[in-house]
Order: sequence, then C-alpha cells, then structure tokens
Amino acid sequence: MAWRIEVGLKEGIRDARGERVKREIREHLGIELDQVKTIDVYTVDADLSRKEIEAAAQGPFSDPVIQHYAINQPVAEGFDVLVEVGFRPGVTDNVGRTSREAIQYLVGRRFTADEGVYTSVQYLLSGKIDEADAERIAAGFLGNGLIQRWTIIPAAKFDRENGVPVTVPKVVSTAEPKVLEIDLNVSDEELMRISREGVLALNLEEMKAIQAFANDPQNQADRKKMGLTACLTDVELEALAQTWSEHCKHKIFSARIDYEDGEGKSETIDSLFKTFIVGATRDVRAAKGKRDFCLSVFKDNAGVIRFNDDWSLVFKVETHNSPSALDPYGGALTGIVGVNRDPFGTGMGARLIFNTDVFCFASPFYSEPLPPRLLHPRRIFEGVVEGVEHGGNKSGVPTVNGSIIFDDRFAGKPLVYCGTAALMPAEIHGKPGHVKQALPGDRIMMVGGRIGKDGIHGATFSSEELHEGSPATAVQIGDPITQKRMFDFLIIARDRGLYNSITDNGAGGLSSSVGEMAEDTGGFEMHLDRAPLKYSGLQPWEILISEAQERMTVAVPPDKTEAFIALAREMDVEATDLGNFNDSGYYHCLYNGKTVTYLPMAFLHSGVPQLQLQARWENRDHKEPEFAQPLDVEATLRHMLGRLNICSKESVVRRYDHEVQAGTVLKPLVGIANDGPADAAMIRPLPDSFEGVVVAHGITPRYSDIDTYHMMACAIDEGLRNYVAVGGNIEHVAGLDNFCWCDPVQSDKTPDGTYKAAQLVRANKALYDYCLAFGVPLISGKDSMKNDYQIGDTKISIPPTVLFSVIGKVDDIRKGVTMDAKRPGDLVYLLGVTRNELGGSEYYDMLGHLGKNVPTVDANTALRRYRTLNRAQQQSLLASCHDLSDGGLGVALAETAFAGGFGIQVDLRKVKCEGVLREDAVLFSETASRLLVTIKPDHKAAFEKLFAGQDLSLLGTVTEGRELRIVGLGGEILVRADINDLKEAWQAPLREM
Amino acid sequence: MSKQVRAIVIAGNGTNCERETAHACRLGGADVVDIVHISELLSGRALLQDYHFLNLAGGFLDGDDLGSAKAGANRLLHAPIKGSTEHLSEHLRKFIADGKLIMGVCNGFQLMVKMGLLPAFGGDFTQTATLTFNDNGRFEDRWVYLKADPASPCVFTRGLDGITLPVRHGEGKLVVDSEANLKKIEEKHLGVLKYCLPDYSATTMDYPLNPNGSTAAIAGLCDETGRLFGLMPHPEAYVHRTHHPRWTRETDLPEDGMGLWLYKNAVRFIRDELL
Repeated sequence: MAWRIEVGLKEGIRDARGERVKREIREHLGIELDQVKTIDVYTVDADLSRKEIEAAAQGPFSDPVIQHYAINQPVAEGFDVLVEVGFRPGVTDNVGRTSREAIQYLVGRRFTADEGVYTSVQYLLSGKIDEADAERIAAGFLGNGLIQRWTIIPAAKFDRENGVPVTVPKVVSTAEPKVLEIDLNVSDEELMRISREGVLALNLEEMKAIQAFANDPQNQADRKKMGLTACLTDVELEALAQTWSEHCKHKIFSARIDYEDGEGKSETIDSLFKTFIVGATRDVRAAKGKRDFCLSVFKDNAGVIRFNDDWSLVFKVETHNSPSALDPYGGALTGIVGVNRDPFGTGMGARLIFNTDVFCFASPFYSEPLPPRLLHPRRIFEGVVEGVEHGGNKSGVPTVNGSIIFDDRFAGKPLVYCGTAALMPAEIHGKPGHVKQALPGDRIMMVGGRIGKDGIHGATFSSEELHEGSPATAVQIGDPITQKRMFDFLIIARDRGLYNSITDNGAGGLSSSVGEMAEDTGGFEMHLDRAPLKYSGLQPWEILISEAQERMTVAVPPDKTEAFIALAREMDVEATDLGNFNDSGYYHCLYNGKTVTYLPMAFLHSGVPQLQLQARWENRDHKEPEFAQPLDVEATLRHMLGRLNICSKESVVRRYDHEVQAGTVLKPLVGIANDGPADAAMIRPLPDSFEGVVVAHGITPRYSDIDTYHMMACAIDEGLRNYVAVGGNIEHVAGLDNFCWCDPVQSDKTPDGTYKAAQLVRANKALYDYCLAFGVPLISGKDSMKNDYQIGDTKISIPPTVLFSVIGKVDDIRKGVTMDAKRPGDLVYLLGVTRNELGGSEYYDMLGHLGKNVPTVDANTALRRYRTLNRAQQQSLLASCHDLSDGGLGVALAETAFAGGFGIQVDLRKVKCEGVLREDAVLFSETASRLLVTIKPDHKAAFEKLFAGQDLSLLGTVTEGRELRIVGLGGEILVRADINDLKEAWQAPLREM
Repeated sequence: MSKQVRAIVIAGNGTNCERETAHACRLGGADVVDIVHISELLSGRALLQDYHFLNLAGGFLDGDDLGSAKAGANRLLHAPIKGSTEHLSEHLRKFIADGKLIMGVCNGFQLMVKMGLLPAFGGDFTQTATLTFNDNGRFEDRWVYLKADPASPCVFTRGLDGITLPVRHGEGKLVVDSEANLKKIEEKHLGVLKYCLPDYSATTMDYPLNPNGSTAAIAGLCDETGRLFGLMPHPEAYVHRTHHPRWTRETDLPEDGMGLWLYKNAVRFIRDELL
C-alpha cells in the first residue's frame, strides 16, 4: 500500500518559502493573500512496515527542531483553500529519487522496480479567495499543467480525518514493444503525411531520398540478410529523422543560398557554416601561424584551445529556448546541466570551471494581453532564473558572467543561452587530451540516468494535450545530482584509462551519440533491449531517440569493461553495456536479438539532400528622427539608467554562486559596495598558477532592425571590448557564435523569408570579416533557427540575435582591472572617437525611435586600441576601465562613479567627435570600440605616450564627494547629480525580482 | 609518518568545494591532504582513523532535496561499511572521541548540525539545532563580516577578532530548539562567529549584513571541546588577496586571505596537541 507522510513547520517557525510564494502571487497575479503556508508531502509506494515509515518520517523526511509530521493524516489546518501540486506520471522527481535512496539506507534494502516515492507540495492559502482564484493561482503560478497536476480543496470540503486522498503518479503502461514497418512506395502527399504525423520534420526531398534508399535493390538484398524487408522500420525512420534534423544537421547553415544584396549583385553561397564560420577560423589560424592556439574546433561537443603546456581550455554555449517557453524552470535547468555535458564530453573529458548565462525576455512588467499558450514574461523570468540557479549552484560550477536583454518580441520565444567552460589535461596517458577515438571492438557503455519518454521529439514538441497516465514527453527536468555523481565517476575512470572515447547524450539520445562516435570505427551493433528504463512500456524507437538527461556514452575496451562497471557500481552510478563499435559500415540496432535498424553509416551521415534557400536583402528606408534635445538632460540620464537593458541585475546575479571553486578573481559585482557592473569575469582555474581565463560576451539584437551586418560586427566588438576592459589578452582569445533566428525559409507561414535569410547571410558575412580583422578564431557555436510563435493569425518573431561569447587567457590575474573609479584626483579618459550613431540605441528606443545610423565597427583602429590597452594593463597604468555600450558615455560615466563611490567631473567639449554632435548624442551615442579609463595622475605621461596617435580624450577627473558633474558643449553645467540618486535609479527597477 | 598532520576532505553525492578546501588545508600547513570519495570510506579502503582533521566541504548533498544536508546526514548515520558489521557513524564517533578536529563549511555545517554533532552539549549527539531557509527565501552569494568571540573554546578561531568571508547559501538561518539551549550556547560561548557590522564593532540582525536572519546572528558554532566547528561562510574561498571582492581597490590587503587563519589554527593545534 502507499503511505502518505506530511511534513509541516512547527508553530512559531517562519515559513520563508510560504512568504515568498505569497509575495510572488501578488506580483504575478495581483492576488493579495493574508498568508501562505507550505507542507511537504511524500507518497511512499513501497512494501514497508509502519515502524519503517515512522523512522523515515522522523529521520530524513523531517527536521525535529522545526518540523512535525503525520502519517496518513493531514497536518493542514487554519486555511481557506488548500492546493496540492504534484508531478504527472513520468516527470523527473528529484526529491522523490533522493527520498527513495534515503529510505533504502534506513531500512537496508533496495526498492523493487515497482516501488517508489513521489513528492508533492501543499500550499495552504488564507485570504478572501474562492476556488476559481485558487485555480488561477495553481495554474498561473504554483504549477505547470504540462508537468504537474493539482488538487484544490476549500476548507469547508476538507476531510480533517484523512486529508487529501493518496494518489500514486506511477507510469502505467501496457504497451507491448513492437516494431512497425513503413511502406515508402507511396505518393508524395502520403510521404509528407508520414513525416508530419510521425513528427519527423523531414521535407519532401528528404523523404524521397529515403524512399530511393528503400527501393535500391542492393540495399534490399543487404537488408534481407538481416531479416528486414524493403520497408523501413519505424526505428530506422526515427533514426534518420533525428540525424537529419535541423537541430543535429544544421540544414539552414549548410544550405545552398542564392543571395542578392539589394544593389544588383548576386552570389551563391554553398553553406554559411563552411564559408563564413569554418572559413573564418581556417583563415585566422593560417594568419596566426605559430601563434595559433586552437586545438580542436567544430568537430567535438565543444571547442578546445591551449591554456598552457599542461592544460587546455574547453568552451561551449548552447540555447534552450523552446523548452524554456513551455516550462521555464525545467527548460532552463535542463539547459544548464545539458551544456555542462558538452565540455565534459569533449576529448577525453574535462573538469567544469565556470558557467555563463544570457537571457532574452520580454519585460516582466508587460501588461498587454498575451496570445494563447504564452506564459507571462515575469513567470518566464522567474522560472528561467531559478532553473539556472538550481542547475548551476547544485552542480558546483560558478556562474560568472551573463546578461539579461529585454525586448517585447521575446514574449514569443524567450532565449536562454547557457555556456560552460572546462579545463582538460593537455595530455592524458601519453595522448593529447582533446583527441579521442573509439576502436572496433570497444563496448558501447551508457552511463548515468535511465531512459524514459522524456524529450522524445523534443525539438518538435507536439501540441497535443497531455492526458492522465501518459508521461510528459515535451518537457524534461534536469537532475544535477545524478549528473554530478556521473561526472565524479567519469573523471576517475578517465584518469585510470578505462575508456577510449566519450560523448554526451543530448539531442537525439543514443541515436546521435552512438551514431556519431561510431564514425570513428565505421559501424556499431547496439541492443536496445539492454538499455535501463525508468519504467516499462517504451518502444524500441523511443529507447533509441529519447533525450532523457544525465547520460553519457562511453567506448570502453573489452579488457577494461569489468573494472569500468565495478567502479561505477561502487560510486552509485549505473553503467550498462549495450553492444559494441565495429567496422561493419552499418548502423545496426537490435531488439531482443532481432535487427530493427540496418542502415549504411554513409547514408545516415551524408545522405541528407542539401537545402536550397533564397535570400534577398532590401535596403529599408530608415530615417533619423527629428526632435529637440530634452531640456533636463540629468533627468534623461536617470531614466536611461533605469531602462531594463541598462539597470542593475544584482538580484539575479546574487542568486548564482559565482565563487565556488575559489577561482573567481574578478567577480560579476565590483566596486566599493560590491554592486557595480563588471564588464567581464576573470578566473584563476589553477591554485598554483597566476594564469587566468577571461570570459565575456556581446549581444546587440536591437541593431538587427537596421542591419544585421552591423549587429554582428557590434556584438563581436562588444564581446572583445568587455574582454580587454578587464585585461584579457587580445592575442589569445577565441569566439563562439550562437545564432538565434526567426524562420528564414520562405513559405506561406513566413512570407518575408527571403529577407530574413538575407539578414542571416549578412550577419555571417560580418562574422567572417570581423573575426578575420580582429584575429579571433571561432571554436564552436550553435544555431537555433525557428524562434517564432504562431497560433492563428498571431505571429511573433524574435529580432535576429547572435550571442558572441569570447574566452581567452591572461598570464597574470594580478594585472586584472575593474570598472569602478578608485580614488579622487584620478584622470578620466575616453578611448575612441564618438560618432552620430544612435540608430537602434537605447536612447532612441526610449523616445520611440529606431533611427538609421547604426553603429559601425572600424576593426583596425579598434584592434590597435585594444592592443595598446593591453600594454597599459601590463604596465599597471590603469585604475579603472569600463566599456561603453548601451546608453553610451552618459551611462558609463555614472556607473564608473557610483560603483567607485566617488564623484566625476567631465567636460563634453573634450570628447573627440566625428562631425558636429548635439549634447544628447555625445552622451548617449553607442559608437563601438570605446572605453572609459581612469588613471593616477602620476601615470599621465606614460599613458598618453602609449596612446600617442590614437583617439584619446582627457575628459576630467574623479572627485571627492558624490557628484557627477558634466559640463555641456556651451560650457554650462549640463548634469549635476548625486551619484547615490543615479545609483538608486539604476538599482530600483529589478531590485525585487 | 607519525609526525605528519593528515587532513581528509570527504567528497561525493553533491559536495562542490572539496578541491579548494583541500588547497586551503595545504596552505594551512597540513602535510598530507586527501580528497576521499565517500565510496572509498564505505568500501573500507580508506579509513577515517588515518587522519587528524576531517573537512566536510560545501555543496548540495543529494541536492539538499529533503532540506539542506538531511539526506546526507541520513547516509552518514546509516550507511554500512562493506564487508564489516560497522557503520561509518561509529568510525566518526571514534574520530571525535580521539580528540581530533572536524570543520564543516556551509553544507558541511548543515550536515554536522543535522547529525547532532553541533552543538552536542556534553557530547550528546541528539539534534538540538538546525539550519533552515534564509528569511528572504532565496539563495544568495555575498560577502559578510564576522565577529569572533574571544572567550569561545573554539580551536579554529584562536586569536581571531573579526573576519570577512563570502556566504553562498539558501538555508543558513540557525534555529535552536529551545530558549534554554540557546542560552547554553551563549553562556558556553559556542556561537563563536556572528554576523556583524563592517567595522566588526557589533553583531547585527539586519539584512543584508546578517544575510539569513540567523538566531543571535550566529554564523559559526562549535562544541564545548572547541574541536568540532561549523560555519556557513566559506573560509576556503578567501585564502589569497585576489579572492577578496575589492582587491583591485584595497591595495593594502595582505597576500594571505583571512580564511586561511582557521586552517592554520587547526594544523597548529594538531601539531601541538595530537602528534
């Protein structure tokens, strides 16, 4: 029978969780409650005695100092409405997993496959609400119908004897495993129906390629030997759909594109990826020659560069947008623990050293009606932030760098970028650490979590309503602890030389991981029935493509298998032998001894037809706005500081552990009160060396509304500018591009596809041009190409967005520089020239304008400046250095002053400008490549000598007191503001998030 | 061999700070420092008795799924050692009875409190205190100031007046089961580190200087012998000047970070009293 253990807080103990929920309900839904109390519920479905259950309730499940418990009785009392929220069957229940393990330790025996613990939370709501309000609270904040279900009981209907009835959300499946055969000798319409209804997301040309394969007599003869007919099995079709998916094959980036530039010139581009991304790295590396520091680019789960003789640096950034739109918490949590596996599974395996995250949301204060199925941006904000918090913090990886970008078009699809870097021994057992190779005969070992229906067709999740008893497949919830145990185990296995190759089980599950690793040997044989399952009832094709989390695939030599499995068992990690890699040339899966896939590796990996795209650039007729300069520039500056894209994100930053591992030497928050906005993070990954890693990023989606070419250029420049601001070495830095686009394929749904494709082409051209000009190789990246929302007539497309992340090295972290003014009397310099470039700026956006003059990047001048800046840092000439980005000079001056706790006095007449600019333009123009620097007066001569011949303006000084004083172009005082007021304006907007 | 100070850092199931904790032990002067996965102890291959200084590092044992360190405490209390009739908890009691040192940081402190190792009046390991959710209901990473009690028996804080360290937790609020026991903690000077003002002049209950609303502003607690010690802030996260959040502006910071003090004291005590 199932037991119900309820655990509540004792009288007089503060219910901090309940108080927080009460606050959030008010903020999210505008419902004011008197009180919210919470109760933890454990439903134990196991053959245990009353005594054993009592011990569990008393021991691991409750804390005797603050909690009390009841068994099969309610503890709830004193409420108006009770809401109990629990998971749907099959959804990852981390607390339930831990509970089961705790009972096992307590009673000294293992649970059977049929036994389990399921958790739920009771919220006792007090206040003037009825059942309908409670339903709004449950559906709108406490639970998410995709993964959870809830019970609502008003006090009057509550059974005080027995409480809430026991429910056991166990997956009950009676499905017998079977393999279907699909006849592809059908009409084109029928082929498309098979693709659509099977959620295969294959187009007609691709379906026809598969049809041709099935009809080939040689293939038919081969298949016959294996007991297969000419019809493909559902397992084979799914394997092909996964391998050929946009997600895995990047068909848009590999497409053949006919591009017209809008001025009569056209060209054909054979793969954006090969031409511009791989091309940039190839040409940068060639130019660097002996100074090339790339070790492994584009071919593995993450990029690898040299750190020093003994260690290499690994970095990858991913997106997890669609899942985060559906379930912000689970989507983002899976995003971070998912990207953790990429660097971990690169080369022979690497130890994670930091995370980064960048989110793009609509305003959390969005008050317009939302189209159906979209969650409110505030809920997405809260869920994503919490998901990454749990994923990062519990994994013990510091989150050191990030941004939050706001634009209401991200209501259609939030962007959730998660990145992870790792450190790998340069050499492992006499071979380079970044090189791995599975050998014929190696065992296919699946390690970590079990397989469930999680994430099946994750990329193209279905809109079908979930029903009682059916596992939620669209959404996954990460389990950082299971993953951490697996990592602890694998690092030891690596150091003991127990495997030849390792990779992540991410998109496409076993199908992708085993399929890709088998390219080393030229084939494999895998027994799907041997894979450990979370519950019975999975079909063979589901086992093959499930994206259930926390799994890695490892190639283990036969003579190491025993040691590998023994070590895993001892460390409480599951490792299962699924078959072997071979040189057969075939992707060969079996189920209960019977062949279910028999596909030539070559067809699977290179059989997909190339996509053809049309791209046509239109020079849209953007105009500069005409308006008078605001009378009160000081008030304008305050407004600018409170803009969502500029204001402090401290409330989010503090929720991330940015110091675990004790290597974060330049933290995200700096200055006299530890609350100024750092430009980049610096990490000292090895405690016995002063060498460091610097990570930064650039992201400028607003500029895409004018021209994606300059958007890309500005994102690259911003990333590098942030990087050099803290001291990053411009000669030893690599980039990662993460494209998030709206659908660029011309169709009825996307009538402006050729323009969106042209935007994509232009961004790629800039990527090539500027990587080459700056000498920055790209080492990895990712694209997410369908960031649109479309239901009925409503379509929301995100602005084309590229996150450009940079990672590089410094020889001595003690030369690091922060952005806060350090002492009165220091001189304030601006590096770079200011142009009338307010197109797409925060300032124009605040005034409701787009403008035309988007910032353009002069890479040669910028590179010279960054190199000189590095020399100034090496000579320790800088007191502070801050990059100018959103909000331009005005915002940078205010931030430098209030982060340092000193005043600043500057004269705008000293700002070197190109052309004649108005005061508001000088203050708020977003011209690229500029930095604000303060130095000790003693260093004036040395500093000016270094920058001789470059654009350098001595604007004024750091002052005693707390005043930001800006002298205008007419010599009058334009701004005279207390830095505390400016700081307040900057901190207030998101302080309570 | 017998004259070596030997430290152990237990890792596994969600510990996160074992590497920097081991580094702090080394900098503190320990001769041998081993990071030992819990499975090594449970298999009987590694033995607690071979060490003098046990470090319970920060992290999220079992994800803190049942409340911080609850499932971890359950494991240490009940897990058997393979091939023997003994439990790890018996080895731990022997370790304590031998007069050796334990320091628990953050999750390690939570673990000690929930196993009853702190405050453990009269050596009785019945749980009398706990660490629970911060008053604001949130995880936070921020630096705090701590005032040390010079009258405390604590071995680790000898000679220390005040110290600044980072906290990084969501469940750091100390709650004691009764007024009587709180009074005992105060009278015996067991609440050895308290959240205080930046000039170390007075303790505080005000957020954010007291980041979690901890009872009597207690951040660190020891037992009556002073050899068992736990604290929410992370001493291993401030062992070099570049760990300090303002090292780029406070140019007179000493090379060693303040957290190192605790480790040096531990090693000194072991050399003087246990070797």
